[in-house]
Amino acid sequence: MGCCSGADQEKYDELKRFIDALPTKQGELIRVLHRAQGIFGYLPREVQVFVARELEVPVSKVYGVVSFYSYFTMKPKGKYEISVCMGTACYVRGAENVLEELRKKLAIEPGETTPDGKFSLRSLRCVGACGLAPVMMVGDKVYGRVTPDMVDSILAECE
Amino acid sequence: MDMINLIIDGQPVQVEKGSTILDAAKKLGIEIPTLCHLHMHEIGLNNQPASCRVCVVEVEKRRNLAPACATPVAEGMVVHTNTPKVLEERRTVLELMLSDHPKDCLTCAKSGECDLQKVSEKMGIRKIRVTGTSQSSYPMDTSVSIVRDMNKCIMCRRCETVCNQVQTVGALSGVNRGFEAVVSTSFQVPLNESVCTYCGQCVQVCPVGALTANASATDRLMEDLANPDKIVVVNTAPAVRAALGEEFGYPAGTSVTGKMVAALRKIGFDYVFDTDFAADLTIMEEATELAERLQKYIKGEPVAMPLMTSCCPAWVNFIETQYPEFLDLPSSAKSPQQMFGAVAKTYFAEKLGVQREQLVVVSVMPCIAKKYEAQREEFAADQNPDVDYSISTHELAGLIKQFNFDLKNLAEDDFDDPLGESTGAGVIFGKTGGVMEAALRTAYEWLTGETLKKVEFEEIRSTSSGIRKAAVQIGGLTVNVAVASGLGNARKIMEEIKAGNPDHLHAVEIMACPGGCVNGGGQPYHHGDFGVIKKRQAALCGEDAEKKLRKSHENPFIQKLYEDYMGQPGHGKAHELLHTTYAAKERV
Repeated sequence: MGCCSGADQEKYDELKRFIDALPTKQGELIRVLHRAQGIFGYLPREVQVFVARELEVPVSKVYGVVSFYSYFTMKPKGKYEISVCMGTACYVRGAENVLEELRKKLAIEPGETTPDGKFSLRSLRCVGACGLAPVMMVGDKVYGRVTPDMVDSILAECE
Repeated sequence: MDMINLIIDGQPVQVEKGSTILDAAKKLGIEIPTLCHLHMHEIGLNNQPASCRVCVVEVEKRRNLAPACATPVAEGMVVHTNTPKVLEERRTVLELMLSDHPKDCLTCAKSGECDLQKVSEKMGIRKIRVTGTSQSSYPMDTSVSIVRDMNKCIMCRRCETVCNQVQTVGALSGVNRGFEAVVSTSFQVPLNESVCTYCGQCVQVCPVGALTANASATDRLMEDLANPDKIVVVNTAPAVRAALGEEFGYPAGTSVTGKMVAALRKIGFDYVFDTDFAADLTIMEEATELAERLQKYIKGEPVAMPLMTSCCPAWVNFIETQYPEFLDLPSSAKSPQQMFGAVAKTYFAEKLGVQREQLVVVSVMPCIAKKYEAQREEFAADQNPDVDYSISTHELAGLIKQFNFDLKNLAEDDFDDPLGESTGAGVIFGKTGGVMEAALRTAYEWLTGETLKKVEFEEIRSTSSGIRKAAVQIGGLTVNVAVASGLGNARKIMEEIKAGNPDHLHAVEIMACPGGCVNGGGQPYHHGDFGVIKKRQAALCGEDAEKKLRKSHENPFIQKLYEDYMGQPGHGKAHELLHTTYAAKERV
């Protein structure tokens, strides 16, 4: 199922080992999806179908869960994952302008990845660094008091 | 049994522990409006999301209003179902719902049958105070059988419940969240790429116009009826006659066969035939196959067991997608609809001396999966389909109304020969257990050479949805049969077979709709009342009992068809015209 390259096959094997080791298949959908996203980086259609077959639940149910929780993503993340905090503090201090600048520079919408796979963009709610608002992150690295004109140099750091 | 005492609108009532306020009110004859709630215990459907809040009531000593459909009764509870506070809340809830609902009621396929429309009317909604962002951007999904207009969805989730709980098909699930929340297929693919079987049970339970049957064939049919160069032939399935009357003010369970024939003739069909004839034909082929498989089985030769019926197109879709490794089990006999089409476009066309393209074959079915079946590529010759249009009972009722015929005042009429004659065995095809009983009537006489005196096989007669099993004695042979209706029950049987067929079943009848075709997705809406379905079943049994001929092989026109045209059942021309193949389908 869904195997086209050896690397993919290894990932499916790993996921299958994880599922087979579960004491029961019932009520384990979210845990399995969590693991699957850890292995694949995201949850493409083929992986969801694989999970449905293995857990013997309808594919629609798997998709229902994946589409409900914002944690799960069906799109591959970029090498650099850029997150802009849109929590209250960041929002009132102009996070929206930062996000807008990133949108323009990367030519993608939040939730998307650049065609070259280098950057993905998303907004999130409060990273707990309100004193530094507005905040954006590249991977785990936090940038504080960001203004739109800082975006270029932050992106330039990503090589 | 623990009983609970409570007071509703000043009236004391005692109900079983675990009942809801709604149940208790019903016992008192107090009607509380509902919208999302749907409970049909006969088919194992309990949709109780309490999401619409239309059924809210006031409960003394409770801070907020309670949804009657999901609030269990408690000892000493005092409930008020119609206080000003309750009514205001219901109106507000409806206004909010309507603020996010299209206002095209005049042209909506559900108009007049819509629960949202009814309850809004009842609550006197005349203006909507709420405006703002509304409506999902979900694209219209038009499949050959079902049309999904998710802009009209009110998220009651009845469709999801019937698709998953009752039918175990799993085509639909709630997806996304907030304004984007919608009941959808996997990955929001169109229905024809999903595991949907087109059984249409979702259409039956949808309270609004979000899920409706695709009725687009009617327009093309009208053109053909108006075209003098076309010969338009119609045939009506057994379950249609048992339900059509409901659309014209007859009580449920009134058989309107003669009046239906009269209406079809007045509409302008050139020949009015009966699918029951084709049902008799189906039995000739299926009973032959059963007898052949049984003989091999007795001799110990390898043979696929059990033989499963293949009349139901939603069941065929189900096994093709869910159990593709068992496609050797269903009988290769075509369904009555497709046998009719095949015979009409060959035998009957030749009799008339016309080309098949000149003949337009229309079937009236209780089923919307039949629309899909009619356009399967297996059922065409030189790209000309055996059945041109398959319309539902509901659509036929609409057509009769458009023509302004009052069914009640039409004089009864008879089907035409030669494809209009049928036996009682053909009639009961429309209810659960009917196909098996019809097959046994014929198989018994063929295998024993004796006359079957009592034609009713009570042990497999059932009115409800579920599984029935019986060991039937045919001469010295014990034949283990099972009858299942509802695809959830079909799944149970398939899992048994997968586990090695421990009951040694030889023959299994499956109907996708709980209770059989009388509960098809194309029938008049039952509005959650399974009693209606039972009455329709009784109407078919009544018609069977009144028939002089009750065994398919005794139908003189069937005998003549084999003599003149097809030879022996199951072989040669009969096999070529009346049998088909199945193919595994990969769907999500």
